[in-house]
Amino acid sequence: MTETPALRLQGVVKRFGALTAVDHLDLEVPEGVCLGLLGPNGAGKSTTMKMLTGQAIADEGTIEVLGFPVPAKSKQARGLMGVVPQADNLDEELTCAENLLIWATLQPIARKQRPQAVADALALAALTDRAHSKVGTLSGGMKRRLLIARGLVHNPRVVLLDEPTVGLDPQVRADIWVIIDRLRNEGVTVLMSTHYIEEAERLADDIAIMSHGRIIARGAPQQLLDTHVGTHALEFYGPPERLTEVEAIAEGMPTRRTGPSVSILRAESIPEAMHERLGAGTKRVANLEDVFVLLTGEVLE
Amino acid sequence: MIDVHAYAGILTREAIMFRRLWVSTTFASIVEPTIYLLAFGLGLGALISNINGYSYIEFVGTGSVATAVLFSSVFTGMFTTYVRRVYQKTYDGLLSTPVDVSEIMTAEGLWIAAKAGVYGCAPLLVAMCFGLPPSWGMLAVPFIGFLTGLGFGFFGQWLSGLVPSIDSFNYVTSALITPLFLVAGTFFPLTQLPQWAQTIAQINPLYHCVELVRHAVFGWEGWADVWNVAVLIMFVIIARYLSIRRLRKRLIG
Ligand SMILES: Nc1ncnc2c1ncn2[C@@H]1O[C@H](COP(=O)(O)OP(=O)(O)OP(=O)(O)O)[C@@H](O)[C@H]1O
Ligand SMILES: [Mg+2]
Repeated sequence: MTETPALRLQGVVKRFGALTAVDHLDLEVPEGVCLGLLGPNGAGKSTTMKMLTGQAIADEGTIEVLGFPVPAKSKQARGLMGVVPQADNLDEELTCAENLLIWATLQPIARKQRPQAVADALALAALTDRAHSKVGTLSGGMKRRLLIARGLVHNPRVVLLDEPTVGLDPQVRADIWVIIDRLRNEGVTVLMSTHYIEEAERLADDIAIMSHGRIIARGAPQQLLDTHVGTHALEFYGPPERLTEVEAIAEGMPTRRTGPSVSILRAESIPEAMHERLGAGTKRVANLEDVFVLLTGEVLE
Repeated sequence: MIDVHAYAGILTREAIMFRRLWVSTTFASIVEPTIYLLAFGLGLGALISNINGYSYIEFVGTGSVATAVLFSSVFTGMFTTYVRRVYQKTYDGLLSTPVDVSEIMTAEGLWIAAKAGVYGCAPLLVAMCFGLPPSWGMLAVPFIGFLTGLGFGFFGQWLSGLVPSIDSFNYVTSALITPLFLVAGTFFPLTQLPQWAQTIAQINPLYHCVELVRHAVFGWEGWADVWNVAVLIMFVIIARYLSIRRLRKRLIG
């Protein structure tokens, strides 16, 4: 079982002047896995993706995509990779079909197959009836779907999605989730960055939590919960004095403070005596946000 | 080894864009040099009987080919490349597909050159309306325009990667492009200038374009023209090298 992983980063460092954006990052994504890269603003998610396409050059470490060393053989790698950037860079004055045709020409698709590839991508984006509309006239959600379809026009084996649903309304987000789900079912390797917990939980086989340029935890969602926060949390609301009191009583237990509440994690293993002193709290199911906050001390948006 | 997909992709994009924008692009590239030609040719032409044996409109008509080539190539190289890189983030998108900076810049340069070759013929056609007799050598003019446009297209790309902001193009235009265009022998023979200025003009690629066009129209001049072509080829090679190096620095983090 020494199959080459689809993506492999070892000891990767990327500095911008005094700032270390990616700090000795080790990350492997096996073929066919959808990995959610979860991290707050500035964690280094986009920089990591740029290094995978050879658009940023690592200062240290090695990177491989489908066995191709990057940046040395990044061109071959890019032909097998589909990239959906965080910021929309479609050609606004061209139509949907034209945007897709350009990408189909840039990618290794035989000339005869290009019209079909464009038609398939339009169908995927549910934009077949807008094929000849200029991109500038589309809604934000349509543009995002087109941007994703453009990255998939050549049926890539590896897909990089940088914050695919950021700033979109729930309906559009659900549409995009359907597309990502489809990729997973087709066995495509997906690396998806996000700061939406729900998105990671819902779509990813595996989650890597990234903070300050490093991966600080990695595993299947359930596994991360089991390892770090257990099954339940007990949540208390109240004035700051009350919350401080709760924290004092829960001494020794992992806790998490967010605004007007404090959660005691691993509620299922709170000793009976402590339970009595704490009084009535609200029991809820533990979530990945608990893991994230516990590990990073930061709050996702 | 040439990567056909990369060039085909970039050129397809240019062709599709051009289909949308050709009216404005063509208008801007043809009208301005034509106005210069008419203003100088008819205005000054009334005062000047002939230059080196040519009527003034013949002299300026052939010289203005270089102006048309310069304007259509260097400004496209500067502004389009800047806008695509900084505002539209086009190159960030393209570079995530199997194309490299060198292929993007070379393909876009070739497109600019092709347009320059065509637009460069406009002043010649205008001059023919005013009596410039047709000649077989004129068939070489689009090729001269192509070669010169290729160099100035790359040169413009390089400038686009050099400036800190798009406003800096004002300085570039006044301090660099305008002198290049005036000291190329378009409107008056360079022999009118002091010796030092003539020497400097020798390194102005546009001067060699003007020379080549005049010789193509009025009669080739052997080794002098081989030299003119050689200078333009060197200009293309150097400008391409500078453009790719500069933009790689700007685009690859
Ligand atoms: N070209 C650059 N020059 C200088 N600093 C940069 C550059 N690109 C990224 N950075 C810095 O590197 C750090 C990581 O940025 P990156 O864009 O990778 O974060 P991210 O995890 O994608 O954040 P977000 O969720 O906001 O997209 C940030 O502090 C950012 O300011
Ligand atoms: Mg980002």
